Amino acid sequence: MRPLGASYEQLPVRSGYFKRLVRGGSLLNLLYVPALILFIVFIFYPFLKGVQISFTNWDGYNQNYKWIGFSNYARMMDDPDMARVLKNTVIYGVGSTVLQNLIGLLYALFLNTSIRTRGVVRTIIYLPVIVSALIMGYIWYFFFQYDGGAINDILKLFQDQPSNLLGDPKSNVWIITFVNTYQYLGIAMVLFLAGLQSIPKDYYEAATIDGAGAFSRFARVTWPLLAPSFTVSMVLNLIGGLKLFDVITAMTNSGPGYASASLSTMMYLLYFGREDAGYAATIGVLMFVIITIVSLTALVLLRRREVTA
Amino acid sequence: MGKTKSFWLTALSIVICLIHILPFYILITTSFKAADDLSSKWILPGYLYLDNFVNAWREADLASAFKNNIIVTVLSVVLIVAVGSIAAYPLARRQTGWNKFIYGLFVSALIVPPLTILVPLYKYMVNIGGMNTYWGIILLHVTFSLPMTIFLYTGFISTIPRELDEASMIDGAGRFSLFYRIILPLLKPITATVIILTGVGVWNDYQFSVFFLQKPELHTFTVALSSFFGMYTSQINWVAAGSLIGALPMIVIYLFLQRYFITGLSSGAVKG
Repeated sequence: MRPLGASYEQLPVRSGYFKRLVRGGSLLNLLYVPALILFIVFIFYPFLKGVQISFTNWDGYNQNYKWIGFSNYARMMDDPDMARVLKNTVIYGVGSTVLQNLIGLLYALFLNTSIRTRGVVRTIIYLPVIVSALIMGYIWYFFFQYDGGAINDILKLFQDQPSNLLGDPKSNVWIITFVNTYQYLGIAMVLFLAGLQSIPKDYYEAATIDGAGAFSRFARVTWPLLAPSFTVSMVLNLIGGLKLFDVITAMTNSGPGYASASLSTMMYLLYFGREDAGYAATIGVLMFVIITIVSLTALVLLRRREVTA
Repeated sequence: MGKTKSFWLTALSIVICLIHILPFYILITTSFKAADDLSSKWILPGYLYLDNFVNAWREADLASAFKNNIIVTVLSVVLIVAVGSIAAYPLARRQTGWNKFIYGLFVSALIVPPLTILVPLYKYMVNIGGMNTYWGIILLHVTFSLPMTIFLYTGFISTIPRELDEASMIDGAGRFSLFYRIILPLLKPITATVIILTGVGVWNDYQFSVFFLQKPELHTFTVALSSFFGMYTSQINWVAAGSLIGALPMIVIYLFLQRYFITGLSSGAVKG
């Protein structure tokens, strides 16, 4: 008999080099080769190409283009639209993250009580997650549109003129943030519910016996033990908000001008609308750098405060 | 819990539901109204008007859009499950330094949004003849779904006791037959999660489809709807009807599979 806990490598080998390789397990690594090939072909290679294109003046079609060094990066620094687009991207990223986690947590705490309707509430809040973001954008467009929009029907009771909410740079960015929050709130709620249900009931009983009130039970037990849910939810929402595309395209098409554009929609317009592929690739590189730094920082900081139950 | 408290909590939950369902209500009232009906979107039409649906279905060629969606989604999901599950097995079971590096490589791509490499990817797809082809878009969907798929499968396989592998190897099973006969059948719950998550993602995709499927006969429904929206901004009722048709299949599937949707998401992401 084999001693308990012996690894595969120590198992008896019957015969042959091939069999030994199979038994030893190194041939097993062949199983991830298809995935690795797809990665190299469709992610790594294009990514490096993208960095290369960002140093050229390529228009997206013409085969003759030249190396222009850091010109695109210098242009990005001076671009008058850039401040606005960066600010929007931060609002979409941070705004949606704060709102989704705050409301998602409140809903999860509410649904973790023993109310009879909780199944229905959970179903309805999660429903928008599975509807395409583009369609969700159109649905909310019917709310906010200038002429005949549902919101303006109400506003017109109080003022003479309808408000051009989607055309106004002051409001449209926040409306889009709100729509993104509405759509993906369900994910945050479900992650928090999963976290809440994994906290052992005796912790609460022990805290109650020690005289802790509802608030201090939340602060001392729930909050720290929810940390893993927070980590996943925050990072997912941050990445989702920073790369927001479909909803913006559906509701305002980045307009007016670049007033509601994010880095991703700006890049799209530069490439397909203005034949400015070199500069679009530069924006892509910037987006990659921002999202990587922000999400890794969030991941490291949030992981640090996690405790295990 | 006291009766009054319970009453107020139920009342609160109904208010929350009404607020969240409101956008769908507005979608429905809009899609059933004739173009000359200028009543508020808050008011239900007093009649049953189906022309918007007929027009949207015909003008946006939604029949062909749905055919494209089904082909792309089914083939992508099959490949995602096949490539992802076999890749995760060695990564979960042979944790050498090299394999840990490969795992890190796969999972780190979760952070990279596909959009950041749009420009080179587009050029590349033109060069390899993958533009306006099913295989082109399918390979892209598969590649960009792999990080999440490998993450979920690797986490799940790690929870299957190794003793199971070892016992069957002593009984003479090779490593590969072991995977197909012992491990694969155990992967059913996580496979359901992967199918649902990636299926919804591919079905609803707009970003890739709008770039790489530009021929009208290859349009998926999001692309068909977006060009429809561009052409008929004055016919907002048609767009509403098209959106409702586009949203319905996933809503129906969700209502049947919602338990898997939600437990899959929570067990895969929080505990994995």
